[in-house]
Amino acid sequence: MERAAARAVGRLSRAAGRGGGTTLPGKLLWKLDPAAVDALAARLPLGVVLQSGTNGKTTTTAMAARILGAEHPLAWNRAGANLLSGIASALLAADGAKLGLFEVDEGALPEAMRRTRPRVVGLANLFRDQLDRYGELELVAERWRDAVAALPSETRLVLNADDPVVADLAGERVSVLRYGLDDRRHARPSLQHAADSKYCLRCGAPYVYEAAYVGHLGDYRCDACGHARPPLDVAAREIELHGLQSSRFTLGTVQGQIDVELALPGLYNVYNATAAGALSLAAGASLESVRAGLEGFSAAFGRFERIAVGSRTLVMLLIKNPAGANEALHTLETGVPPVLVVALNDAIADGRDVSWIWDVDFEPLLPHAQHVVATGERAAELGLRLLYGGLPRERLEVVPALERALDRGVELTEAGDELVVLPTYTAMLALRGILTERGLVRPYWEPR
Amino acid sequence: MRIRVGHLYPEYLNIYADRGNIAVLARRAELRGHRLEVEAIGLGDELRPDDHDLLYVGGGQDREQALIARNLAAKGSAIREAVSDGAALLAVCGGYQLLGRGYRGRDGSVMPGVGLFPHETVAGTTRMIGDVLLECELVPGERHTLAGFENHAGRTLLDPRAAPLGRVVHGFGNDGESGFEGCRVARAIGTYLHGPLLPRNPWLGDWLIAQAVAHATGSEPPVFPVLPDELADEAHRVAAQRARARGGRR
Repeated sequence: MERAAARAVGRLSRAAGRGGGTTLPGKLLWKLDPAAVDALAARLPLGVVLQSGTNGKTTTTAMAARILGAEHPLAWNRAGANLLSGIASALLAADGAKLGLFEVDEGALPEAMRRTRPRVVGLANLFRDQLDRYGELELVAERWRDAVAALPSETRLVLNADDPVVADLAGERVSVLRYGLDDRRHARPSLQHAADSKYCLRCGAPYVYEAAYVGHLGDYRCDACGHARPPLDVAAREIELHGLQSSRFTLGTVQGQIDVELALPGLYNVYNATAAGALSLAAGASLESVRAGLEGFSAAFGRFERIAVGSRTLVMLLIKNPAGANEALHTLETGVPPVLVVALNDAIADGRDVSWIWDVDFEPLLPHAQHVVATGERAAELGLRLLYGGLPRERLEVVPALERALDRGVELTEAGDELVVLPTYTAMLALRGILTERGLVRPYWEPR
Repeated sequence: MRIRVGHLYPEYLNIYADRGNIAVLARRAELRGHRLEVEAIGLGDELRPDDHDLLYVGGGQDREQALIARNLAAKGSAIREAVSDGAALLAVCGGYQLLGRGYRGRDGSVMPGVGLFPHETVAGTTRMIGDVLLECELVPGERHTLAGFENHAGRTLLDPRAAPLGRVVHGFGNDGESGFEGCRVARAIGTYLHGPLLPRNPWLGDWLIAQAVAHATGSEPPVFPVLPDELADEAHRVAAQRARARGGRR
């Protein structure tokens, strides 16, 4: 009865044009009957797979959906609604689904694990993120440790071995698949500014990195007590990055290895693909379907989407915390576009505390950018960040209204060129809304 | 002239974008013809009381703070001596707590402090998180506001005669009850406000630079010409409006 009512609300919400109704029916069901999530999840014959982590959840889960969805009908929260209510909505909407695949907010993970009783749990990384909402990294880690300890021993864990805090979650468990990168040519010369988890979990001495890839993720070891990255079961090797366009790598696994051509740029997307590959293998996919799924993948919404705007191409890269933003900016390093639009909002989903923008390394980009348009509710704050970072005043325009800023960015971009837009979460949704109204992108709740 | 800055434990205490504060000090000093020389002071480094005109201590996550707390307390006499000799100091959030007498955890454990600021901090059960607006009068007759963001579980209790940094207009402040925020001892300022603090409150950056110059020259703090700060004013206006609309309620 409640489920039928909630489904009806979902149809109404879509009919009313309110953002696709991705969470409204779930919110209703969640409110009326939270245990319905447990029951709906328990009905999935192939069980539930969960993926969490600070960065890369949406992309990793979308990649895994491409791989696993080729063989089984999925219940999947494709629009990134990753709280319990979003999972409830995805379960409600997916009649006939065999397998549940959900990205889960870091804070919501313990409850999602309790209620959906997952067969496989993928944990990717922990970075400082929205401290006003999640609290300190150690607090999230502590809640994850307790939640993992409560899992039955047969639940498969898929852990990023390159993150000391995540790798350590394995404890004494046996059913664990560990993945990471193994290509020192792509190591960064040093840890990024304000890197997290750089002191040994066991003894507090600084880790020594054979290779640091993304933030504090890499091949670490503690010289004081010997704690080190565990051996990898799934490893990305021979990685080639092709600027803003694509990448390729070899995925080595216990079942053999595959060469993967990825239509996404950047080392962090190689991480996402490796995570998605490991997650899918743990869920029972074949190596060949991993390859086919990853090669067929283009972009998750707002994450490296390319949108044609007349004769210009708009490239949208979501930025939401220092580590994620730094990786997005690294992909721009080769061939910085002359025009950038950066959008900073401060709603709850963006983080009300905007101080994180100072931990983002904008500096290498600024000497190359001819025009930067700062926009969003905290445009002035962002403008200050860029000016103190070395951007000359005459190259900065502060245009708080998103739609005007977007138009200004397009206007400043030469025909045939790329305009790069870097929005925070709610700014990304708003910008996509504007582009949808103009008929340039599909609404996010419609399957591609 | 050269302004010597000692930045304590930048590898450990950097949680709320402390480098933004340093960037503001460096840029605004440069615009007045001064050069900021920033020295990182780590666990293995000695701190000498007369080596710096300005000391900076940021905030860290609990784990990182616990790793440096004893080392910082051991540098306590040098820090107190530097400030009593007229050096300027800015301590934010965790740094502000650790420069008091100490931090008492919920389990009763005490993390020793530096004893510069006359306060002690007691762990609370809930965090005080939100935008803050303060009213300050560092120089008698010159009123200014500070707009920032606070996120702390500790309640900092000032001694009866201690001088706060400012009066809370919107937000929680030191302890959520007293109506005061931060602490001031001579040219040393401690506060929970980050954001980071100085970009949208440039007057305080200028005050700190002037105090550091006074320490370096042994004369009165200079009065600087005004800089064009429209963008900082706008950022301040928006942040102050956030504090009004959604700052913590006492």
